[in-house]
Amino acid sequence: MNELLRRMLFLPEQASEYSRSVDQLHYFVILTTMVAAAGVFGAALVFFIRYRRRTDTDSTPHVTPRAIHEVFFIGVPLSFFLLWFAIGFPQFITLRTPPKDAMNVYVQGKKWMWKFAYPGGPSSLDVLRVPAGRPVRLLITSRDVIHSFFVPELRLKQDALPGRYTDAWFQADRPGEYEVLCTQYCGLGHSAMRAGLVVMPAPEFDAWMTAQRRGIAASQDESPIPGEAVRPASNVVTEGQRIAAEQGCLKCHSVDGSRHIGPTWLNIYGRREKLTTGKMVVVDEPYLTKSMMDPGADIVAGYQNVMPTYQGKLSPPETAAIVEYIKSLRSSATPSGPSEPPAYEPIPAATK
Amino acid sequence: MQPSPLAHHFESLDKQAHASRLAMWIFLATEVLLFTALFAGYSVYRFLFYDGFSQCSRSIETWIGFVNTLILVTSSFTVATGLNFAAKGQGRKTGLFFGISVLFALAFLGLKAVEYTHHFQEGQLPGPYYHFAAVKAAGGPLFFSLYFLITGLHAFHVIVGMTVLIVIGVLAYRGRFSPAYHVPVENAALYWHLVDLIWIFVFPLIYLI
Amino acid sequence: MSPSPPPPSESPAFAPRNYLNSPETGLRSWLTTRDHKRIGVMFLVATSVFFAVGGLFALLIRIELLSPSPFIMDAMTYNRLFTLHGVVMIFLFMIPAIPSGFGNFLLPLMLGAKDVAFPRLNLLSFYVYVAGALLALYGMVHGGADTGWTFYTPYSTTTVTRVVPILLGVFIIGFSSILTGLNFIVTTHALRAPGMGWMKMPLFVWSIYATSIIQILATPVLGMTLLLVAIEHAFGWGLFNPALGGDPVLFQHFFWFYSHPAVYIMVLPAMAVISEVVCAFAHKNIFGYKAVAYSSLGIAFVGFFTWGHHMFTSGQSPVDAGIFGVLSMFVGIFTAIKVFNWTATLYKGSIWFKTPFAYFIGFLFFLVFGGMTGIALATVSLDVDWHDTYFVVAHFHFVMVGAVMMAFLAALHYWFPKITGRTYPEGWGLVAAVMIILGFNFTFIPQFLLGNMGMPRRYFSYPARFHALNVASTAGASVLAMGLVIVLVYLLIALRFGPAAGRNPWRSRGFEWDTPSPPPPENFEVTPVITRGPHVYDDEAVEYPAHAPEPKHAT
Repeated sequence: MNELLRRMLFLPEQASEYSRSVDQLHYFVILTTMVAAAGVFGAALVFFIRYRRRTDTDSTPHVTPRAIHEVFFIGVPLSFFLLWFAIGFPQFITLRTPPKDAMNVYVQGKKWMWKFAYPGGPSSLDVLRVPAGRPVRLLITSRDVIHSFFVPELRLKQDALPGRYTDAWFQADRPGEYEVLCTQYCGLGHSAMRAGLVVMPAPEFDAWMTAQRRGIAASQDESPIPGEAVRPASNVVTEGQRIAAEQGCLKCHSVDGSRHIGPTWLNIYGRREKLTTGKMVVVDEPYLTKSMMDPGADIVAGYQNVMPTYQGKLSPPETAAIVEYIKSLRSSATPSGPSEPPAYEPIPAATK
Repeated sequence: MQPSPLAHHFESLDKQAHASRLAMWIFLATEVLLFTALFAGYSVYRFLFYDGFSQCSRSIETWIGFVNTLILVTSSFTVATGLNFAAKGQGRKTGLFFGISVLFALAFLGLKAVEYTHHFQEGQLPGPYYHFAAVKAAGGPLFFSLYFLITGLHAFHVIVGMTVLIVIGVLAYRGRFSPAYHVPVENAALYWHLVDLIWIFVFPLIYLI
Repeated sequence: MSPSPPPPSESPAFAPRNYLNSPETGLRSWLTTRDHKRIGVMFLVATSVFFAVGGLFALLIRIELLSPSPFIMDAMTYNRLFTLHGVVMIFLFMIPAIPSGFGNFLLPLMLGAKDVAFPRLNLLSFYVYVAGALLALYGMVHGGADTGWTFYTPYSTTTVTRVVPILLGVFIIGFSSILTGLNFIVTTHALRAPGMGWMKMPLFVWSIYATSIIQILATPVLGMTLLLVAIEHAFGWGLFNPALGGDPVLFQHFFWFYSHPAVYIMVLPAMAVISEVVCAFAHKNIFGYKAVAYSSLGIAFVGFFTWGHHMFTSGQSPVDAGIFGVLSMFVGIFTAIKVFNWTATLYKGSIWFKTPFAYFIGFLFFLVFGGMTGIALATVSLDVDWHDTYFVVAHFHFVMVGAVMMAFLAALHYWFPKITGRTYPEGWGLVAAVMIILGFNFTFIPQFLLGNMGMPRRYFSYPARFHALNVASTAGASVLAMGLVIVLVYLLIALRFGPAAGRNPWRSRGFEWDTPSPPPPENFEVTPVITRGPHVYDDEAVEYPAHAPEPKHAT
């Protein structure tokens, strides 16, 4: 019965006990609505037929209600409405009251990605792993504008507010993979701001968490773990690539030449670009660094001013590593078009 | 002799006056709600940033606010006197007293200008322009954002009120109204009383508590 | 029972001297008019134009959503389009259309008055509306805003798009709303004809009166709120900026304090129209006059205390959520009262299936489902799932487009003979009504299901599993659009070539039908004295109004 109604109403699967109870209320409300609507429309239809205008009769009887009619009109709907409220509101309270033994996960929404962090544990970008059968409490905030964390299968939603933490909790019944959708409009990347919720069997999750904490990453999510004790020797370009992925740069900048929210990094180093102000600029190390620290200052023409600043979020070595990574992104194809003569910048006047 | 002020769609001068007064009260209600939004915002942030707000409140010049309160209350008194004369048919005295009220209003605005100058000098400015060294507690920029919004909106209404008083005062001086029909004078007085009343709320809220 | 033959002066005639051609014709006389009927017509024309603009935006949105990935536009354009669709439809069409359009035309006629209380203020109200609309239009033409019509901070205060002209345009239009509301309240209090006590007022007047109360009390708060956002966007004063200690949720409280009553500003006039249409086309008195009259006031009053039900997931405390949820249940009861009373009015009536009645049928269907889904949304836990998904979009389109637009179309057709003196083609009217009702269902029922599936609002690109229902929705939208275009075409043709309608082609007992069609500029040569109640249909001998003297017909 539950399954039949769920499918008829196009509801997604029920990944938790809470989802099931919310759906029960949903069925109650929708079925009562259908019955009541049928009653009203049925009565109306009967009246349409029975009392249609047969001749040009000019008079109809003056019908007034008795008090009992209005009592009925008010009392019956009000009883149902309040009953539904009495069922739904405690469900809401449940959602807002996490159990004491819930595992905390910090969720940070940011244009246009989700970052997750376990206290004392790893952090990840756009993938949240949780154990099945155990309560998980989400502490949600935003880095910039209001976002909203929504998992349809859990019937769970909570806004991510800048400057504050909001919380919600859930307990997923069984392993599975679900989508997290941002559901508070937040700009250009709103519909792309999605993450994955991976519910793992509890023992598997425990093993994964232990491995993460020890720094031996058996399988890594999109980003590796910061603060690892021992790092294999890697060159600065690989570091830059890692940091760029971790900080979410690749959400807006492609590395294969395709145009996205920001300019592509392929072949960008050394190129002369026209800015929105009309001025020409050479994309060199200072320009790349400035773009990370003060992105609104010199925007390439044809792009919007939507890049957040990384001032304070990237240390100088990390910034340098990203610059080196960008420099390394050269396609083997020779650039087309006539070769440009060197651009001579006037020597700036001596500053005081 | 002036043509009858009765409009074509009203049955009697009485009904017209009644309609006019009702409209004025409704309009005053909308003005009150305009300020209510700002007062609500102020209350919320005062609750959230009690220290910062009370320190900022103490740092502004209460004596200016006090003198301004006296000025406005007195101007309301002169407006009421002017209305009284209008009811007796003495339009010239109405014009005179409304004129005195306008002078009081100018004094009010002058003192506010002095006060604002001090704010600019001290760095008591809204939002990102705030650089008032004496209050470091959080909420300083917010206090002054709300301060300038509330007092600025009020000053705007003072200017509007002055204009209304001038226009109606001149008409009254020229004998346009009579004991039978002086509803515009009543309405002008009502508006001025509202401007005064709003200040009576602003003063304690911002300066005293 | 055969009716008495119409007296000679009743053959359908176009009243030669009417408000359209007296006291003067020509553009200047219209632009400086103080005649509430002309002002009402100007509002109807202006709001209808903006309805078409908003509808065009909607069509573009639906075409883009035919594909899960970018189709005919980029994300920035899409974001601007849904913002402007909302702003235009709500502030430039739905809020002013029925009150300032039909309300202006009909209120004095229904009350037996010669004009509204303040005719010059009325004209000012129109010009303020136009000024605000032009400013908002300017903002739209120069790129428009991409914040959604709800302007949530801090996105709206930090976005690069041109929010400020649109905010200020809406701020200015708000004053038009306030002035109209003020005018109507005073008119209702002070200009009722002798003999018309409050309980003899037509139900249209009761609902418009309740609407006006909401307009004057709620709009100033919105005005202030939008001004604050504009100031913050322009100068960065930080009232809603968390970095400076501001609270973005405070904006939501301020915004919804107006915008929830605003939906009743939109729905109450629709209900006003429907009360009139039901009685006229069932040729019968309203079942429960007091219930319907008082429920309008009830909606206005209780509606002010329910705004938090838009914010169940915003982090407000469970106590708040509880209070707002319960109060939302009560506000729904008043609508239920009206629905039952309208349906009961049909009992022992004499129902005439003309185009306005077809729209009543659509209205009933959409209000029941739109209203019930509203109640469902108010049961807090269900809202947590549905909030900001297409379920909410479907809900409000059911009540706003389904109910309010149906009522607007019903009003257009019902009072077309009175306003223009002509009749429209009834066959086309029914065809278009059916297309609109069916098209509407196909557009928005899939959206309820999309919401159940979890599709969020304002999504430019979406996961593939939502594809099929989106295509269905767009298909429905095309049918809906076609129906509306048909209405526009035949109404324009009827405006010019429609046969004369006569004083009262519907044989309605509304007081406004006692005047010639179209009415003369002064409405009544002598102030009427009201002796019968509104919507009274059981006195068969009375074909003429029972007040004296008989209105003079120009022949």
